[in-house]
Parts: sequence; structure tokens; C-alpha cells
Amino acid sequence: MEVLKIATAGSVDDGKSTLIGRILYDTKSLTSDKLEAIENTSKKRGYDYLDFSLATDGLVAEREQGITIDVAHIYFSTDKKSYIIADTPGHVEYTRNMVTGASTSQAAIILIDARKGVIEQTHRHFFINNLLRVKEIVVAINKMDLVDFSEERYNEIKADFEQLMAKRDYEDQKITFVPVSALRGDNVVHRSENTPWYQGETLLEHLEGLDLAAVSNVGTPRFPVQYVIRPKTDDHHDFRGFAGKVYGGELSVGDEVVALPSQTRSKIKEIYFHDKKYRTASRRSSVTITLEDEINLSRGDMLVKAGDLPTIDKQFTATISWMDTDKLVPGKKYVVQHGVNKVLAKVNTINHKIHPDYSGIEENVDGLAMNDIAQVTFKLNKPIFYDKFKNHRTNGSFILIDTQSNNTVGAGFIA
Amino acid sequence: MFDTEIETKNMELEERQLTSTSHVNALENEAIYILREVASQFERPVLLFSGGKDSITLVRLAQKAFWPAKIPFPLMHIDTGHNFPETIEFRDRLVEELGLELIVRKVQDSIDQGKVKEESGRYSSRNSLQTTTLLDAIEEFKFDACIGGARRDEEKARAKERIFSVRDDFGQWDEKNQRPELFDMLNGQIELGQNVRVFPISNWTELDVWSYIKEEGIEIPSIYFAHKRKVFLRDGLIWSHSEYVYQEDDEEVLERMVRFRTVGDMSCTAAVFSNATDINAVVQEIKDSTISERGARIDDKRSEAAMEKRKQQGYF
Repeated sequence: MEVLKIATAGSVDDGKSTLIGRILYDTKSLTSDKLEAIENTSKKRGYDYLDFSLATDGLVAEREQGITIDVAHIYFSTDKKSYIIADTPGHVEYTRNMVTGASTSQAAIILIDARKGVIEQTHRHFFINNLLRVKEIVVAINKMDLVDFSEERYNEIKADFEQLMAKRDYEDQKITFVPVSALRGDNVVHRSENTPWYQGETLLEHLEGLDLAAVSNVGTPRFPVQYVIRPKTDDHHDFRGFAGKVYGGELSVGDEVVALPSQTRSKIKEIYFHDKKYRTASRRSSVTITLEDEINLSRGDMLVKAGDLPTIDKQFTATISWMDTDKLVPGKKYVVQHGVNKVLAKVNTINHKIHPDYSGIEENVDGLAMNDIAQVTFKLNKPIFYDKFKNHRTNGSFILIDTQSNNTVGAGFIA
Repeated sequence: MFDTEIETKNMELEERQLTSTSHVNALENEAIYILREVASQFERPVLLFSGGKDSITLVRLAQKAFWPAKIPFPLMHIDTGHNFPETIEFRDRLVEELGLELIVRKVQDSIDQGKVKEESGRYSSRNSLQTTTLLDAIEEFKFDACIGGARRDEEKARAKERIFSVRDDFGQWDEKNQRPELFDMLNGQIELGQNVRVFPISNWTELDVWSYIKEEGIEIPSIYFAHKRKVFLRDGLIWSHSEYVYQEDDEEVLERMVRFRTVGDMSCTAAVFSNATDINAVVQEIKDSTISERGARIDDKRSEAAMEKRKQQGYF
């Protein structure tokens, strides 16, 4: 069975948690004890319906304020697929959570309240999913029950959203619209009798039909060395294996490879997964590779196929999403973690701030605050081996770590 | 991971095609990656081993991550003293077979030192007392990373837990100030005195773990399979009849076929009625089940926010 990871985006009160709760309920994924807890609390609060948002809002503060304040992960499966939903809050202050959720997702559900239509928040949600290059977008136009399941209203919102789509720079992204009522269950899992004018699939039917290979971002193979395995036991005295995860493409025994940064050439001798040898390691498999020649490789180095080298440079420009309460300022040093490689970096210039709602850029910026998105140039203390984010989602992204607090303070996408 | 270009492992054997397409393989690749990050980023990691199925699964994953080298960190058991004897026998056998280092620290010692007080009464348990013993052991051995088998699907507060979860000097979890985790990148940088709790099987569900145990043929303690046991009923839960479990005189002892879905110590783990005597039957039972795993955890029933509160105080 395949795994599909989905991020959700919606404004406060758009009914995101309710939608997820509804999916869980209609796919019979809620266990009887959880359902009982939801029934009891709904009754206690005097609701005449089941408040499915209670299934996902896990923290005390969230239950008290009735909002979602952090990324929560929800799991369910059908006969066809396993799903992981990263439930990310839509409130304007929480851009960082949305970026985080989208970074690990192949699909996104953007919620729109049918009464409010496309609002500034919607622009942001779409922008972030563009920036992170999430390939599959489902626009769920929710609360259709509150606009009398009006086809006209649905088409109006769809047309507004299509105007927004013209602004993206990611042509491969696929967008699908579904009219739903999460609260009443229309077109979420089951088809609705209230929307005879809608011939498309329900939200879940659409997700079930997605081809996982088609929604994955594929690039060229990159193998960052995570850990060197040297057992030094009698049985494996000379064993020297490079442990890591294969990204972008696949690697096979006999492939001619180049080790970075030394640019030494060798050939792949063996590929191990646990104690078994394989001919080919597929994308995203965690394997151990041995080479024909004894070359010096340690954590943070990279194996790539000969003739297919990434950019090797001590400077790069990237779009970054700032996630810390302390400001990012030019001249300050941060640790850039690029995959498993860490280098010290200095903010050279903040070229411009990007309004995450497609309303343009702002120049002459002297610092970045939490949730700002900007184009920044960094200088590094040693070269890294990168691809552009649009060509390689893994080898084109990095995180920024504050050298004092050690917190992850930003994420970057190399231009 | 998190980067969910999670794809099933379709590596080819030299002689034949490996045909497994189960998504557990994608989760396995993710967990191995996380364990290797722990060994690389920390100086003194430890694997918290309870003898339960999740920590046994972790041991198997660690074997795979570092083969042909040995697992490069010790196991540690925080022993409440109220264990199922089957679990302890199993633990000792596993450690010996794999040639692993095992550290045991006892809640009884924390009680004797006067650091914690034994609970009394109807719902008394040593479960929450483990926190003190755990934090003391972390300090004693200067562990900077503790690997645990917690999963996000277990419980609502756990659903918000990171893969690398930073704890302060007091072992506390600050849920509002968690590091964002993007793509596959794990940030394990910490200050002296802090430590990181690591959860390699965060994204696994209960069924994923059971399917993995089945596919891999992993041995687990016998109490996970249906057996005859002396039990009594209270609050709709099935409690073990034992010297460690408080029992009223009018709570009648029955002998029933039961098994355990989750194994903590005897005072906080309830059984379920079951006839599933082998792994195939257990997997089928989990698939058909309509009650959640932690529905049988007495410690979670205390209040809706029980887990979150314990985590803030430094619990696993």
C-alpha cells in the first residue's frame, strides 16, 4: 500500500479540523472510544452536531481557544492508500507551520469558506504551496450548506481562484476544485445529493485516484553520506560502508560515481540494505554503499553520478522563510544545514522581501521578522553541493540554525 | 519523512526482484535514516527499552541501520519493579543474543532515596514515578539523546511531537516552542544539559508496527498473544490480578483468555479479551478493532490532558 502525505491550509473557522474529523468519521477511522469522547464533549458544549474538530485539536490551549496552533499529524488508511495528514493552522501568524507542513507533503488541501470566497489568506495558502512546489492541490470550497449549495457561488469562487493561478510559476502543479460541507459530510467521502450540478469526484475519491509516482518530485540521484560504517570485527575487518538515503533517482552497482568535495572517481561495488545485497537502490531508500576504491568520505560528503554534478559553490541566493522571533539581519552568521551537511553562513544581503500573497516585493529591507519571506544571498565558509530547488526538492533546500539558541530559525529554497 | 515522497522500497536483489510494496518499507527507510542521524549527531545516545513491541521494533531497526557493525548505543530500561515477568525474561534474552549493553535503573531506588513517593489507593501506579528515575539516569550517564518508541497515532498530544524533541535541564517539553522540522532535516544541536528525545517510528501506526513484526518475524513477549490469566474488571477495563495491582475485596477474580495490546507495567496496562494466539490472528484483530490502543491505558484515562501534562514534566 502507498503512503500519501497531505498538508491542509485554511483560515481560522474555515472548518479544517472539522473536515479532517469528517474524513476520519466517514472512512470509519475513528475508534469507538475516540468517537465516544467526541460525542460527550459535543453534548457537554450543547452542540446539536458532532464537533469533529475535537478529534485533531490535541493541545489544551487549542481546546480552550478552539483553534489549532501547531502541526498535528493524523493517520488513516483505506483499502487503497495510507494517508498522513499534516494539519497546519491557517492563522496569519503561523506561516512557519504551513511551510513546515508543506515541506513534507505531496498534496495539499486548501479550504475556502463559501460565504467568504477567495480572501487574502487564500492567496497566502496558495503562495506557500507554490513556493514549496507541492504538486497536487485540492481546493475544497467548504460550508456549501450555508450558501444553499449554490452552483453560481461555487463557480464564482472557482473563477476567482483561477485568476490567482495565473500568478504562479509552477506549471506542473495540478489543481482540482470540490464543493463540500465538512460539517454535514457533502462530497467529502460520500457524494452529495445537494449538488446535482457537480459531476466531479468527492474529495476522498480524488485522493484515492492520485498516482503517487506522478505526484512525486523526481530529480537526479544524490547520495549524501550520513554515517560511515566500519565494524572492525573479524568477519568484516575491511568493511567500509557509506550509509545514507538516496534522493532524486536511483543508484546501481557498477555506476561510476564522483565523491564530493574531493571529486575523486570510483564505482559502486555493493549496495546493502541490512545484510542483503541489491543491484539497485531506489529513491528514498536508506542503504549502505561500498566503493571499488578506497577513498576518503565522511559525513556531509556526497556521492553523485559521474557527468551529473551539482553546483559546487561558497555562495548562493535563496528564497527563505523566516521562523524566529529574533530578526534576521545582514552580516549575522547562521549554521546552514543542507541535508546532513552543516556549514557556517553569513547573510550577505537581503535582496528583497516577497509578499506571500502575490502582491509584489519590497526592496531596501534591513531585517526579517517571523513569517517573512525574502530573497537572501548567503556566503559560506566552505562550499556545498546543491541543485536549484525547482530541480531537486531535497538537494535544493536547507534550514538555518541560530548559533546561540540552536533553534531552527528558517528554511530556504535555493534559486 | 516527513518528506513524503515516501516511496515504497523496490530495490532489486542481485538474483531476484524484491516484490514487497508494503508502505511499512517506506516507514522503515525513514526510521533507519533517523537512527543514523542520532548516531551521527550525538555523543551519548541511548535507546529507552521497555520490553514492549515498539521498543523491540526499534532494536530491529537499529540492527538494520548499522549492520554489519553492532548497534552503537546501549539500551536502558527504567524498571518500575511492577513488570510482567515475561517481559523481563524476554529483555534479558534479547540483550544477550544481540550482544548489547543494557542499563537498568529502578524506580524502587528513587523511592528509597526519598525522591518520589509511592502512590496509594485504587488507581495507584508507578508509571508516573518513572520520570524521576529517567531524568536521574540521563544526568548520571550524561545522555544527550534518548531514543523512544512513541508514535503520533497513539494519542493527541503525541500527534504534535517532533521526531527530534528538545528537552531542557529538567526534562521538560515546551510544546509551544518546538523546532520546526522541514523535509528530512533534523536539527540535533543542543546546549550542555539539554537532551533530545528521538522518535524514529513517529509516523507508524499500531497496525504498521504489527505488520512489521509479522513480516520480519520479530519475536515478542508472550503476553502480546492470547493466554489464560487471572484478571478482574473495573471501570470497563480488564486489570491483571497481581500483588502489584490494588484490588478491592469485592472485585472478583476471573480467569479469562486475554492479551495485551500495549505493555507498560502491570498497574497501568489493561488487557483485552482475545483469542488471537499467533501473529496472524493479532494483525487481523488490530485491523478489525474499533477501540484505540491507548483505550486500554489506565494512565491516559485520568483526564483528557493526561499525556500532555506528563510530557511537560519530562515523561517519555
